[in-house]
Amino acid sequence: MSEGFFSRGFRGRRQKSELSGRIPPGQYLERGFPVLSAGPTPHTPLANWDFSIVGEVEQPKRWSWDEFRALPRETITKDIHCVTKWSKLDTHWEGVSLDTLLVQVETSASYVIAFSDGGYTTNVPLDEVTGGKAWIVDTYDGQPLEPQHGGPARLLVPHLYFWKSAKWVRGLRLVDEDEPGFWESLGYNNHGDPWKEERYWGD
Amino acid sequence: MGRLSWQIGEVVATRPETVRTKSITLDLPGWMGHRAGQHVDVRLTAQDGYQAERSYSIASPPEEAPRVTLTVERIDDGEVSPYLTEDLLVGDKLELRGPVGGYFVWEAQMGGPLLLVAGGSGIVPLMAMLRHRAAAGSTVATRLLYSSRSLEDVIYRHELDHLLKSSTMLEVVQTLTRAHPPGWTGYARRIDTQLLREVAWPVEQRPQIFICGPTPFVETAAASLVELGHEPGRIKTERFGPTGET
Amino acid sequence: MEQKLDGNAAAGMLQAIFPFDMTLAQVTCAGCGTTTVIGATAAYMHGMGAIIRCPRCDNALIHIVHARGRYWLDMRSVRVLEIKEG
Repeated sequence: MSEGFFSRGFRGRRQKSELSGRIPPGQYLERGFPVLSAGPTPHTPLANWDFSIVGEVEQPKRWSWDEFRALPRETITKDIHCVTKWSKLDTHWEGVSLDTLLVQVETSASYVIAFSDGGYTTNVPLDEVTGGKAWIVDTYDGQPLEPQHGGPARLLVPHLYFWKSAKWVRGLRLVDEDEPGFWESLGYNNHGDPWKEERYWGD
Repeated sequence: MGRLSWQIGEVVATRPETVRTKSITLDLPGWMGHRAGQHVDVRLTAQDGYQAERSYSIASPPEEAPRVTLTVERIDDGEVSPYLTEDLLVGDKLELRGPVGGYFVWEAQMGGPLLLVAGGSGIVPLMAMLRHRAAAGSTVATRLLYSSRSLEDVIYRHELDHLLKSSTMLEVVQTLTRAHPPGWTGYARRIDTQLLREVAWPVEQRPQIFICGPTPFVETAAASLVELGHEPGRIKTERFGPTGET
Repeated sequence: MEQKLDGNAAAGMLQAIFPFDMTLAQVTCAGCGTTTVIGATAAYMHGMGAIIRCPRCDNALIHIVHARGRYWLDMRSVRVLEIKEG
């Protein structure tokens, strides 16, 4: 580590922002939409796609793509915050609230583990994905969600760092005991609140 | 070999290569030398502590140590390359670690025949190999297949002409994918299996193959060469990611 | 698949942890049993960390996060790591 060294004149791509009240500590405004992938982009044909709620439920529930698309939908406009420090304001999505999905199962579980094609997982307390806080979204900016951004559908939990908004989501496993997911097992904060800068273990 | 740490070099020269690429020569005290094909990780730090890191292949041959040259392509809306190609001045300091990546390396004693396949800025580590080959006086049979968008985008164009005239057993085949000048006799399309069949060494000659460039380019080239019968184990790839900046 | 890099791209990060040229080290995948030199694996690298995957079966072999002055490594899918000295 070269203490005190800095590169003359370097600022990076960061934008100066008058919207500082909307940007959590340590974050910068991003106009683009960076793609961060931990593995190859899955390409599940819609005919094979389904979304399931399994685990500590009375009865598991499953929706095919057509069934999912027939559910009551919402348009959502939210700010999103990536732990790598970029924030994007007023992102527009369409999809199904997790309240709509979870109301169809009976559970006394406390946590959800979202699981995706390719093996990615992330964990969130159940009460942080209910009450209008989370969605399964399939449309971004009025267009079908692109594969590189998690299409056909991804989880959207905008009040937490964006690694919790699992791309290529295929379901939720409801559990009584919390289980750290892919990044949470590897140094990233179990909770991930951007307003408290909960980025890593011990934050 | 020990654990790698960051070091600071001083920019001693910069030189535009094409409209979008620039070579940056650094003086690195304590540089232990490198092998052609290796790269360095460059780290930029803003005054408030914000950091960005990218990898760049070393363009210069080992024979030029302790001077090290990087050739950087400016990516529109990039984080690091606009700073390196537009803001960095002679006399500025640059933090980097390396050299690393002994897997993607060619040295004259490794012999040949050698097939180098470059897409855009993927030419950089392969140019280090060609420069090393020349500096070592090697006559290993070598073919470079170099894909660029247009003649103006060909990096090291004049130096490649010079190398062709001044060394033996070297062939350079160009393909221009978006625009070519009138009278152009080279290829004028993206590489494909047919083009590689015509350009690559026969399979029986068991060439050592190095492919470098944007990820889709590398994957097409590697798959085509395997389809033609070349041994996967003799094909080494260095993908640069979607845009060419690692 | 455009985000995919070669394991060689993780050379700097690995050599900051292990005092060897790790691009030449060999990993045996605990999933499919394939042994690959790390330089020839698939690497996905971005601001959150680096994931090195088996080129045969895409199994995540090595996960690395570097933050707050620490490295976190998950290598449970590496059955054997073979490193040559010097």
